[in-house]
Amino acid sequence: MMDTKTCLVLLFDSASEALLAEKLFKRAGISYKIIPVPRHLSSDCGVCIRVFASDKERARETLDGRVDIRDICPID
Amino acid sequence: MEKIIYMDNAATSWPKPEETIKAMAEYFHSIGASPGRSGHRLSLDAGRVVLDARESVSELFGIKSLLRVVFTKNATESLNIAIAGLLKPGDHVITSGMEHNSVMRPLRVMEESGVELSIIPCSLSGEMDPEDVGRHIKKNTRAIYLTHASNVTGTIMPIAETGKIAREKGVIFCVDAAQTAGVIPIDVEEMFIDILAFTGHKALFGPQGTGGLYMAEGLEKEICPIMTGGTGSRSESEEHPDFLPDKYEAGTANVIGIAGLNAGIRFVRSVGIESIRKKESELTAILVEGLRSIPEVTLYGCGDAKKQTSVVSFNISGMDCARVAMALDEEFNIMSRPGLQCAPAAHRTIGTFSAGAVRLSLGYFLEKDDIQAVLSAVEKLVQR
Repeated sequence: MMDTKTCLVLLFDSASEALLAEKLFKRAGISYKIIPVPRHLSSDCGVCIRVFASDKERARETLDGRVDIRDICPID
Repeated sequence: MEKIIYMDNAATSWPKPEETIKAMAEYFHSIGASPGRSGHRLSLDAGRVVLDARESVSELFGIKSLLRVVFTKNATESLNIAIAGLLKPGDHVITSGMEHNSVMRPLRVMEESGVELSIIPCSLSGEMDPEDVGRHIKKNTRAIYLTHASNVTGTIMPIAETGKIAREKGVIFCVDAAQTAGVIPIDVEEMFIDILAFTGHKALFGPQGTGGLYMAEGLEKEICPIMTGGTGSRSESEEHPDFLPDKYEAGTANVIGIAGLNAGIRFVRSVGIESIRKKESELTAILVEGLRSIPEVTLYGCGDAKKQTSVVSFNISGMDCARVAMALDEEFNIMSRPGLQCAPAAHRTIGTFSAGAVRLSLGYFLEKDDIQAVLSAVEKLVQR
């Protein structure tokens, strides 16, 4: 189980982008979990990706030029 | 069950690879949910099925970003988006004299609202000179819509050459790959294709109700969707999303169909487009040679298997094409398609409007024996 205190969520415009990010994280060996978007972050009914805060830069580099990240938010 | 010789693959390929059927059954048995919506594991799995299929399509056509692959219900829907979504009154567009009605009818509708249309004449065998396209480009030419291969004669069009001319003149180049995706290699970058419309149910071995659209970066800002609605994204907004693929994918996707399409594309890639093309070309050459040797038969198209897909149209002197097709079906278990094949423009070009022709369209699962059976059936019919 991830310790949620050290996590961030990556928000995307669509579920397709979130799932593409998942595919790229899987290939890059980055730990992640797809979760419903927390209501306090967005009223969207979609999903987002939770990663360890320590993987933030790696995650960003992995998606660079391939998937647009709408926002990166801390999560408690 | 009697053996059926299915020669209507240009309409819908059949039989399908077992992989297509298995993938569809597996989706229905174990997933079944809506993609891109609810966020539970089955919904995510459905989304993964669709995303994997986008990846297969993007790899097949040399598309750099898989999110630029939009799924539609067929090439017709894709072409309607590319035509009705893009053109404005005052625009000029170019097409060929070999097009299917999936291009011609939406263009004729646009013509009524003030779009100017030039139709490039083709030779009797359905061939087009790309330089002719260049000569028709004007200041207000917005786009060129061109079939990759005719569904009547199989004639392969000079896509890369036309695309190069379009690119040099800054005109959008849209290709209808309904007859070629899966059997002729397509690379959107190398062939200068800005918009690619394809269907899943022909040489990609997917089920009916699947197809797709690719558009080059930036074109989504210029092409309106023909349908808007729920996409699962930006649910808080009553404005339709402006990004790919959601902009053109309103409503719940045909996930079971897309699962089958993905398996079909994987089948094509595992056999290899070159191998599929080689086999179909060999069978086409035998069929063309055989039909040519029957004096009562008139053969249409270029008659060269290398320059065409596996579509062969013919008539028997003094016989209505519909009667020939009915006899092939009822007496010889051969499935063909008579008439105009939804392409009156192509039949005008080859001189068979409005009588039409019998179309035999071969597929990867046919064998030489099947071709011999057709030739012997036609020989029997001409003796009547």
